[in-house]
Order: sequence, then structure tokens, then C-alpha cells
Amino acid sequence: MIRSEVLKSLLPVFADHHVVCNIGLPSQELHMMGDKPTNFYMLGTMGLSSSIGLGVALAQKEKVISIDGDGSVLTNFGTLPTIANNVADNFILLIIDNGSYGSTGDQPTYAGMKTSLTAVATACGCENVVECQAEDAPATLQAAIDSNKMTIIVCKCESGNIKVPVITMDPVVIRDRFMKSLEARNA
Amino acid sequence: MSIEDKIVADLVKHRVELVTTVPCKQLAGVIEKVDAEPSIYHIPSNKEDEGMGICAGAFMGGKRSAIVMQNTAIGVTINTLVTLTQFYRMPLPMLISYRGELGEPVACQAEMAVHTKALLAQINVPTYHLHKEADVEELDAILAYTFMCNKPVAILTDATFWNGY
Repeated sequence: MIRSEVLKSLLPVFADHHVVCNIGLPSQELHMMGDKPTNFYMLGTMGLSSSIGLGVALAQKEKVISIDGDGSVLTNFGTLPTIANNVADNFILLIIDNGSYGSTGDQPTYAGMKTSLTAVATACGCENVVECQAEDAPATLQAAIDSNKMTIIVCKCESGNIKVPVITMDPVVIRDRFMKSLEARNA
Repeated sequence: MSIEDKIVADLVKHRVELVTTVPCKQLAGVIEKVDAEPSIYHIPSNKEDEGMGICAGAFMGGKRSAIVMQNTAIGVTINTLVTLTQFYRMPLPMLISYRGELGEPVACQAEMAVHTKALLAQINVPTYHLHKEADVEELDAILAYTFMCNKPVAILTDATFWNGY
């Protein structure tokens, strides 16, 4: 399975949860498969999906799932100690690890070589770190949601992309409807 | 009231509930006060752009936030300021120690100091320079302005302001 297939299999698990989605193809794929106000698409700023998601989780009560990539986590490695030391039990970090920088042409990442993001997250002090294969992603994410514990999921999948249109929605619209949805849910 | 106490009191007055910090010797006092303030969630960041991501998330979650950082990091935050904070129109007060100004003992700091205002001006970040201790009185209005206009706003604080390095 490649990332777009993993995302497709996760749509029923994302359901009406708030999702912060990584820049580039992951956001474009999620947007194409079913755009919703509960999705926050990153149009820029590689690496910050986990940081944005943690911020959202710390500020309010609703569950937040950050979809990240192995390349993006490598870009913002400092995020893992911060997450480990600021536990938000309404936060799930889902790292889709295809061992490549998918949005830029599938250049290999170190996560696909010697570096294990699962081991790194554990070494950083994250308490619930689960590695799964692509096929098990829906069950693993559902279990993390049901656990009500901050969880880091490293989902291993194959490298590869499908053709998707870019997101032309205005960033302020993306942000505003996401905020209003959170506000209504927290009311 | 010390300037550190005044800064934290102004943050509280403007309902800032999450502050991320990356340390600087000049900011040590204010970071300590932020950490001790019960109404503020203090979350140290490992890098300034990471901190800006956390602040963006907190804002979307309904909490006002701020970042405390050193000017030497401005360069690494340009992309985040432009493609996240500005592009999505989010407010972000940035309390920045302005190293490399008068009173600076470390020569290398002057190298970044000469680019600080130019970089902020290049990306249209409203920038205020607190130089004298009494300038702290402006912080109240600067915070009001930041949350009024939904922009990142830089507050540069030099060694003279902090009464020495």
C-alpha cells in the first residue's frame, strides 16, 4: 500500500475528528478524497504538522490527529521531545512512513535506511509509540483514539504517489472553518 | 514592578495563555516569570519555527499565544512566519532579545544584529524596538495591536532595555 491508499483506508476512522494534515501530497490527497471543515490543510511550512497539532490539542478538549510524514518529522526532529514532555491525551501523531520524500519526487529519507522513527520517538520519551504496517493502520488508529492516551503511530507503507490536484482554497478559509468547528465542538 | 513582571502582567492582561520559549541569557528572567505564572502554559521549544507551529495550533484551538526567542533565530523562522503565521492570518507576539546591540560583549552577535530589522522589514513584520527601560510601557499597546490585526509582530528588546547583558 502507498500513502494515498493508507489515507483512504483511514477515512472512516478519521470520521468527524479534527485532523491537521501535512504539506503537499498528503493534504492534497485528503482534500480530494473528502474535504471537510475538520481538516486543516498545511499549504506550506514543511515539518510543523506535529507542532501545530500539539498546539491545538493543548489549547482545547477535542481529539486532534496530526498526519505527518517521515521526511517532515526528520525536518522537525525537535518536535518529539517537546511532544513527549507536554502530554496531551487528546493528541495522536500519525507518521506515515514511506521512507521517502513523497511530495518532492520520492527521494529516499534516512527513516527508510538505518533510522527508526519508532525508536527515536521512544528514546525522546514518548510513552505510547506504536509501529504498524499499512494494512493495520485503521485498527491501530482506532485503538489509539479509544485509548484516550497521547499516541505516536509510525505506519510503514510503500513509497509512491497518485496524481492529485493542488488545493486552491484560501488559507484563511481553511483556518477559519477549522477554528469554528473546534469552537462549536468545545462549546 | 520589574520589567519582567510588567511583561508577564501584560501577557496575562491580553489573555495570552500559552507561551513558547527558546532561551537567551537576556531573557532568562522573563522566561522564569512566564514559567511561574499559573495562567500561562509554558512550553519550551527546541527550535523557534517549531514554537511558531505550536502557537499557530494554540490559536486555532482558541488560546492566544506568544513566543519568546533570540534575534539570531529570525532567519530560520522566515518560512514559517510567511507561509503559516502570515498566510493563514494569525496573531503572534514575538518577544525577541535583540542581541548584538549596544552593550553586547560577543562580537558574533553583531553580525546577526545588523540583519535583524532588515529581515523583519523584508517580510512586512511590524517591528518595535524597546531600548530604554521605560519603553516597556508600550508593550500593552503592542499586544493590543497584534491581536487587533492578526499579524506576527516583533518586539526587539536590547541589552540597554534589560539594563545590561
